[in-house]
Amino acid sequence: MNRTKIRSRENILDWVLLVVFIVLIIITLYPFLNVLAISFNDPIDTMRNINFVIPRQFTLSNYVYIFEENNLISPLILSIVKTVVGAATGVICTAMLAYVLSRKDFYFNKVFTLLFVVTMYVSGGLIPEYLLLMRTLGLGNNFLVYILPGLIWVYNVILVRSFIEGLPIALQEAARVDGANDFIIWARIILPLCKPVLATVALFVAVGQWNSFMDTYLYAKELPTLQYVLYEIMETATIKIDPHAAEQMKNAVSPLSVRMAITIVATVPIIIVYPFLQKYFVGGMTVGAVKD
Amino acid sequence: MKANDKPKAIKQKFSWQLMFKQRYLLLMSVPFVIWLIIFKYVPLWGWTMAFQDVRPKTFAVPVWERDFVGFGNFSKAFTDRLFKQTMINTIGTSILGILLGTVCAIIFALMLNEIRFVKFKKVTQTISYLPHFVSWVVIASIAKMVLNDGGMLDTLFNTRMKLMSTNSPVFWVVVCFINVWKEMGWDAIVYLSAMAGIDAGLYEAAKVDGAGRLKRIWHITLPGIKPTIVVLLIMSIGSTLNVGMERQMLLSNGIVQDHAMVLSWFSYLRGIGNSNYGVGTAIGMFQSLVGIALLLIANKIAGLLGESKLI
Repeated sequence: MNRTKIRSRENILDWVLLVVFIVLIIITLYPFLNVLAISFNDPIDTMRNINFVIPRQFTLSNYVYIFEENNLISPLILSIVKTVVGAATGVICTAMLAYVLSRKDFYFNKVFTLLFVVTMYVSGGLIPEYLLLMRTLGLGNNFLVYILPGLIWVYNVILVRSFIEGLPIALQEAARVDGANDFIIWARIILPLCKPVLATVALFVAVGQWNSFMDTYLYAKELPTLQYVLYEIMETATIKIDPHAAEQMKNAVSPLSVRMAITIVATVPIIIVYPFLQKYFVGGMTVGAVKD
Repeated sequence: MKANDKPKAIKQKFSWQLMFKQRYLLLMSVPFVIWLIIFKYVPLWGWTMAFQDVRPKTFAVPVWERDFVGFGNFSKAFTDRLFKQTMINTIGTSILGILLGTVCAIIFALMLNEIRFVKFKKVTQTISYLPHFVSWVVIASIAKMVLNDGGMLDTLFNTRMKLMSTNSPVFWVVVCFINVWKEMGWDAIVYLSAMAGIDAGLYEAAKVDGAGRLKRIWHITLPGIKPTIVVLLIMSIGSTLNVGMERQMLLSNGIVQDHAMVLSWFSYLRGIGNSNYGVGTAIGMFQSLVGIALLLIANKIAGLLGESKLI
């Protein structure tokens, strides 16, 4: 009798948690759904009340406007290219370096590892980096400024290295007996086996590249990415609206609606990608937490 | 052969033969070391600028020909009219962020760990990661829509909360809550994996002894994740002064600027905005060195209290 009472009281906790989680889900998702709804809603109607998750007067005019009048195409392409190139070069370089650092018989193993790990704790800071990139190397407004400074993340190298160290060493030795050199071993044996951890690294780097805004803000304002365009619109608050264009479009455009449409364009790729790679990144993160 | 049967580090003598034998390994790593030296160590060498008077026109001059000013740049920075408020903001935002962030992430992880509806738990977790992967620009855009005067929250409750337009420490709280909203789910992962490592036998034994669920959380789960909490706390104490400029810049506006300014932003403002590279570097260097000192102190205190240490 007493037992069952306790049992039922304990089960109440499950239902309490259920309610709390539903509230948390609403708090997390409502703003996104709201933004989505505003971006598809008639701008004038939006001015009445901005609290809704289903467009009251559906329209594509906000999207038509940002792509036709706001010239979002080239920032969008730049963001995609930056993300793809950054992730591809990042994955290859990280994997290569991680393999070399996993080789305990490599003469410079310790020195090189130390050199890389130190930079995780001490960095020159913003001003010296800025001066290096802009004045010494002259990379200002050059596409390379998006790729080169962040080519390798030491954290990712450690992640991949621990993964490689967990692979059976016999595979490498067998290949060596067959006459394969270190590069071949890396390319033919290590790389294919590292697919899961490299997927994690690719996701980290790609998300970082897609989302980064400070690099454009500091070094390449003439090569605006999607995030930077969104920032600019947020700062100016009112967009320069060509009166003729607005007339032609029949529907007037409001800054909020346009901003929300760009916000959605900047968010959608992330939302599409992240649930699929979830298992990789959570796995990758905990590996990094346990080892090293 | 076992999977983790790695070869031990071998002491080897330098020889050109060995270099030739490892030529592929060298080819596969030396370019990255050169990259590292250019992009990470050259900026460190840039710290010398903190002791010199460096302006755009004297930047091209060799290091030894610039005016040496000793700690002049530091005293210039510390006596700056913005410095005091900047320090208060940095520390205030940071401590509030650490406390709020840690507590919320732990509570969220505990709740996820307790709930028995497995499917529902997975859905909640997946949704909770979402804001972590969204850029700060997008978050700022959404936050301004929600919190600005007459924004979503104001219309929803039909009030004027003035969350984004009160020039007071309220802004710190707003920033910290936005940060919790963005990162809570992600930060909980580490605690969850620590909870997964707790011996299930302990829970069984407690159950037999008649401990309820809340008691089990208090006496088994929390002590079980204490080492993780301590290590993460040490790390976040080490970065007390490193409040990111990006977040502050994006969320603030002209009205709340006084309470949004933090050290990294201040360094940018003086260094690049006012083109006084020496002062800017000095502020950055101060931030870095204090960070390392705080890390070591926190680590030492944790050791004295008998907790697990980071280093």
